[in-house]
This record gives sequence, structure tokens and C-alpha cells, in this order.
Amino acid sequence: MKGRGWVLLAVIGLALALTGAAGAQTTEPPSGQPPTEDEVNAIAKNMYCPVCENVPLDVCPTLACQQWRDQIREKLIEGWTEEQIHDYFVLQYGDRVLAAPPRSGLNWLIYIGPWVLIAAGAIMLARLLWRLRAPAAGPEPPPQPPANGPDDYRARLEAELKRRDLKD
Amino acid sequence: MIANVGYGALVITLLTALYGIGAALYGALRGRPRWVDSARNAMLLTFPLLTISALSITALLVANAFEVSYVQAVTSRSMPTYLRITALWGGQPGSLVFWSWLMALFATAVTLRDWRRDREFLPWVIVVSLVTLAFFLILSIGFENPFQRYWATPSGAVITAMFQPQGTTLFVPPDGRGLNPLLRHPGMIIHPPMLYLGFVSLVIPYAFAMAALVTGRTDDRWLRLTRRWTLWAWVFLSLGLILGGRWAYDVLGWGGYWGWDPVEVAALLPWLTATPFLHSAMIQEKRGIFKHWNMLLVILTFEVMIWATFLTRSGVLSSVHAFAQSAIGPLFFAFIIITTVLSLGLLIKRWPELKSEGELRSLLSRESLFLINNLLFIAILIVCIWGVFFPIFTEAAGVIGQIFPGVAHIFTGQKVTVGPIFYESATGPLWAALLFLMGIAPLSAWGSSTARTLGRAVWKPALVATLALGAVFVVAGVRNGVALLALWLCMFVTAVTLYEFYRAAMARSRAHGMNMLVALWQLAGRNRRRYGGYIIHLGVVLMAVGIIGIELFQTETQASLALGESVTLGRYTARYDSLAEFDTNDNRNVARAVITLFKDGVPVGELYPRRDYFYESEQPMTIPGVRSSIEDDFYILLINWQPISTQTATFKLYHNPLVNWLWFGAAIFLLGTFVAAWPEKEPDAVIETRARRAAVQA
Repeated sequence: MKGRGWVLLAVIGLALALTGAAGAQTTEPPSGQPPTEDEVNAIAKNMYCPVCENVPLDVCPTLACQQWRDQIREKLIEGWTEEQIHDYFVLQYGDRVLAAPPRSGLNWLIYIGPWVLIAAGAIMLARLLWRLRAPAAGPEPPPQPPANGPDDYRARLEAELKRRDLKD
Repeated sequence: MIANVGYGALVITLLTALYGIGAALYGALRGRPRWVDSARNAMLLTFPLLTISALSITALLVANAFEVSYVQAVTSRSMPTYLRITALWGGQPGSLVFWSWLMALFATAVTLRDWRRDREFLPWVIVVSLVTLAFFLILSIGFENPFQRYWATPSGAVITAMFQPQGTTLFVPPDGRGLNPLLRHPGMIIHPPMLYLGFVSLVIPYAFAMAALVTGRTDDRWLRLTRRWTLWAWVFLSLGLILGGRWAYDVLGWGGYWGWDPVEVAALLPWLTATPFLHSAMIQEKRGIFKHWNMLLVILTFEVMIWATFLTRSGVLSSVHAFAQSAIGPLFFAFIIITTVLSLGLLIKRWPELKSEGELRSLLSRESLFLINNLLFIAILIVCIWGVFFPIFTEAAGVIGQIFPGVAHIFTGQKVTVGPIFYESATGPLWAALLFLMGIAPLSAWGSSTARTLGRAVWKPALVATLALGAVFVVAGVRNGVALLALWLCMFVTAVTLYEFYRAAMARSRAHGMNMLVALWQLAGRNRRRYGGYIIHLGVVLMAVGIIGIELFQTETQASLALGESVTLGRYTARYDSLAEFDTNDNRNVARAVITLFKDGVPVGELYPRRDYFYESEQPMTIPGVRSSIEDDFYILLINWQPISTQTATFKLYHNPLVNWLWFGAAIFLLGTFVAAWPEKEPDAVIETRARRAAVQA
């Protein structure tokens, strides 16, 4: 659910409060077309019921999840959009029915948090490696000159194997 | 009786471990080798003692001793014997004893090695191993005792206790609850022991690292000594994860192998730190740099492993309340905090002594690229830890909202679900970057490498990969941009790796006038780590191809069919022929459909998707019907049916392109790890012989 989702949620919440109805009001007229099972699954795929831990709704074999899918089908027949259906379940059961936390409030942390840490690590590493752009002035010669031709490569390979025999 | 023996053995093991810790500390600090020897004997004793304990549980499981609460919780009369035995790790109390038993096994193996050259490490390796073991034993004895029994009070209530409370009689339930049906699968039977083997063997490198820090012998000796341990730990971890994936594919019935379930992710965490450690350890051995970093990684690996052990079995991931209710959670937490503080304290104390012997000299040198590899793995680790803990965090943060109503709308205390979408989008680019590194790192040189030398080595494999990608574009008609990029990376790594094998074998065969195959064999035999590593890389590429196939090209459909009707998905058509529903003698109700499968209109076989319902645990299980080929899998699930008429049934069909490359790649991957980890001749003996020879010549 993006920023738009919040507005929608607010609108639905307001509509519910105003009408006092338990059932949500739909703004679109019922399309009447029975949805295919694939259409139902496409929506259920990104949902989890609160009971069946970590099993996506589209494949969960329990009876309760089957009933949820039936509910989705009914809503689709009534002409609801995917977002409306998600919001409907969120209102009833909380954010946990969605496959990913909605981008709002505290949940922003999950989307930003790792990247802040990773960026910090990357900056540290970049600073370390950036210094290397300046030619190292140390007295230490490069221990293994790059291979310039087949002979060099062969020599290095042999040297490496020998060294392994020695040290390893 | 057997329960008492098992429990007694646990208690004696704990006392032995505590004695061993004391004796090792005293011996090391006061310089009394005999005390260290005594501690070593104590450590050796833990294994037979824990064997008695583990065998006791197994005997109780096999004998249907339902008066023991653990036995009652994980077995039932209808279970076959082999499943009863494996129920040892079917629940938390048994798992913890099993963990301790494996830990004792590894500790014994380490203790039995030749310590003459590393005498000063011995007491500290014993202390670290035994402290870890003692921690797990305390958990088993005090909180998750697998030998507790049921007792009936005169009022008719049933209580659990280890020893008979006054005025009670032993209560024997008529039958047990049975093992979770999902766990009754060969993959699931071997998967936990493999993961646990991986987990416990990670204690060994940590123990040596700590020994190095305590003693101040901070050269890379500890790394060399534990290299193979880490590799074997990694083999077991990888195998455990792969088996878990296979189990999910076969049993969980959602058409996939990895669902980014929090428990799965928790099991992946130690792998995500052990893998970069294996890489960066090579840099320290080669160049004498990154010593601090390696210490940090080995500490992190240990702590993450302890966390993973806890998370995979405790149920805390389902709810933060499970953590608060069980005493085990806070204890694990305390153990992790204490060991982290102590390890970091030691590291800080030795910080100046761990100075690098060399320095990073070039941006494109192999060590720089390894460092970037490390960063990427740690980045994936961060994403995973964040994802696993975030739901617990949002739930727990509700407290803040309760205390400060002003911010209650932010700290709602609502639990959230962090599903595959989050992990896949966050880690996808990181995995891709790792693949790219896997391609260029083998071509870069140690020490220094310039863009020009690297470019000269890279262009040939890059060209081969691009040509191969062109073929995929034209022949296979792949147009998905992400897939094309990912496939290019896979081909690039393959080209580089094969080229590395080729040019090394070529060079040797020319130089020594030997056959190419012989040259290749000798090469792999003499530098097992490098060429084993390359085989692992090839395995990873094949696995990546499988993952690309199923992640980007999986298609699915669902249909309700009457008898004789068909549904088509891509080139496959499935015809619903019949359905039978029956009870089995192991307390299952099975509904099994017969499907005739056609590919391009030609019949290719019958599939039998089924739904097993377990009466004891009231749990359904969906077993797919699968037709596998190198090209793809056709995977069909029985979702629903009319119980009375069985005339119509609902099926879910998946087409999983290339998924078998994943399993095939996993086999190559494991082959590579075996090549890399296979014992070589004792390295010290080689050094000594060479030194002697050199002295004689001089």
C-alpha cells in the first residue's frame, strides 16, 4: 500500500463511520462477472491469514483460508478492486494480513533501515578502497605480479602450487 | 527408570563440564599442565555421558513411554519405528539434548587431535566448548527437560514433573499426539541434524579464535587449524538448507522451495556469516591482512548461530509473547550478550597485536574484491535480520504507544508480516552483485591488479557470455530484462570458471607433457581449496539458473474440473480422470486424484496429487504430483473436491521452468565442498620435512 492506500483507507474508514454500516460500501457498481480462480489467487497471493503462520493465502489448505478466498471472490463479484479488498481485510484483522508491511508510520523503518546500515558499510569500504587510487608508496613490492603471458601464468601457477605444498 | 538414567546422565555431564571449565582455567592460569589434561579428560567424558542420555530418550520414544511428556508430545502408537527415533529432534527438549550430544561429539574430535604444537590453545578451546555445552545442558536440565513425566494428583489433575511429587501416581496417557505430519518426510528427517551439525561445528573456529585472543598467539595459526572445521560446518549448513528447500518443495504444497519464512531465514543467518568468513580467511592466510575483520566475523558467526538455534525451535517468531513466557528466551539473550561482550573485550585488548602485515594495494586486487564480497554478504545478513525481527519489534513497540498516547498512532503494536516480496526485492540486487564478483574475482590477482590486466583477462569470458546470451535471446526467446541480466551473469561466471580450469590444466599439461585430464586431476588434488571452490561456484551458477527459472518464469493456474475435463497451462494439459478417498492404517485420510498429463497433446504420464488428513493432529497436508525434466517441472496440487460425489475437484497447477537445475546445481555445489574440505596430509609434517631437508642441504 503506497501513499494512495492511506487516503483510500481513510476514505473507507470515513464512509464506514458515516454510514455506521458493518459492511463496506462499494463505490463501483457490481460488475456481475464471476471472477476466475486465478484472479482470486492473484489477490490472495499477497495475503496471509493471522492463524496460518507464513503460508500465503492462495495456497493455504485450511478451511478458514478457503473462506477468506470465498470472501475475496464475493468482493470481486461486487466489483471491488484489489486495493479495496486488501484494505477491507486490514481493517478487520490488522496489517499482518498483507505480505509486506504497508509503507506507513513505523513500518518505514523496514524499508529504510537496512539500506542505511548497508550504505554506512559501503561508504566505509569505499573510503578504504578510494585511498588505493593513489599509488601505494610502500616499499613492499607487489607479491604477485599480474600475469602478462602464458609463461608468467605458468610460472605463477607452479609457484602457487609449490607454496601450498610448503605452507599448507 | 530409563528416564531417571537419562536425566542422571545429563546432570553428571553438566557437573563434568563445570569441572572441566574450572580445571582448564586453573591449569592455564597457574601453568599446571596436569590440570589441563584433567580438563581434557572431562571433555572426553561428556560424549559417552550424553550418548547415554540421548539413547535414553530414543529408548523411551521407541517404547511408547507416553508417561514422559516429551514422548507423548512427539510420537503416537501409529508411527513407524524410524520416525520415533527421529522424533528425538522433533521438538525443542529433544533437539536441545541432540544439539548437546553433537557438540560433545565435535568437542571430543577436537580434543583427540595432536596438540603438541598448540598446547597453549588447549585449555581455552576446552573452556569455550564446555561453557557452550554447559549452557545448553542447563537449558535441558532446568527448563526443557525431555524426561519430565506426567503425575496424577488425588484430585484428578495431571501435572508434569521430573520426580514423583508427594501423593501422586504416575499417569500414562493411552496414546501420544504424534509428530507433526509435515515433519514426516525424509528431507525433514535429515535436514535438522545437518543444520545442527553445521551449527555445532561453528563452535570450533570460534573456540580457537578465542584461544588465540586469550593467549596472544595472534598469528594465523588459529585460522589454519580451524579452516577445515569451518568448511565442514559450511558443508553441513549448506546441505541442511538445501534439504530444507527440497522438503518445502515436496511437502508444503505451494510450488516453491523457499518461502522466506522467518524460521528459514533464521537458519540461513549463520550461513550468511560463515560464507564471507571462508573467503576473508583466505586473505589473512595469503596476505596477513584483515585480522580484525576475521575475528569480528568469527564472533558474529558464533552469536548468530546461537540465535539461529534458538529461533528455529522456540516459536518466538510467531509471537513476541512466546519469548516472554518461556524462560529460555531471556537465557539465550543473556548468553549471547555475555559472550559477545567478552569476545569483543578480548578482541579490543588484542587489537594492536592484530595489526596487518601487509596492506591493501589496489582497488581491483583479489583481496579488495573479497572485501566487497564480504560487504555484500553482510548486507544480505542485515536485510535478513531486519526482516526476521521487524514483526517482533513492531509488536513490542506497542508498549511505547501505550505509555505515550501522543505517539500511539505510530507505535500501534500491530504485528506485521514480512513476506517474500520484501526479501526478494531487497536481496535480489545484492545476490546479483555477488554473482558478478564471483565472475571477476578469480581473474584478479592477489596483491595488485589494474583495470588493464583485469580487463585483459575479463574480455574473453565476457564475450563468450554475451554470445551465449544472444543465443538465449534468439533461440529461447527470452525477453525479460532482469532474466537476461541474471543469465548473462551466470554465463559469465561459468565461462570464467571453466576458463580457469582450462588454462591451468593447459599450462601444466604443456609444462610437464602430461595429458590434460591428468593435469586437471593433479591440479584439483594439489590445490583442493581453490579448485573445490571453483566447483562450488559452478554449482552456485546452476542453482542460480534454477532460481531464475522458477522466480521469473513460473506460471500457475487453478481450475475446478469435472471428471474427464482438462485444463491447460503452457504446453501441458492435465486431464482429471478419477479421485479416490480412503483411510490408511496409520491414521490418515487420503484423497488421491489421478491426472493424465499431456505435453503438446502427447500423453507423458499419470500424476497423483493428494491431500492427506492426519486425524491425530487434525492437520491436512498437500502432496503434489510432479513431473520433472531437465527443462521444467509440472507440479499439480489437489486443492479441493466434493467429498460425497467426488465428481468435481479443484486443482492448482504450476509450471516451474528449469527448477531441477537448482537441485542438480546443489549436488555439484556439495561435490565442490567435499573436494575443498577433504582432509589433506598433515600440513605441519610437510613443513617440518621441508625445513629438515633445507637444513640438510644448507
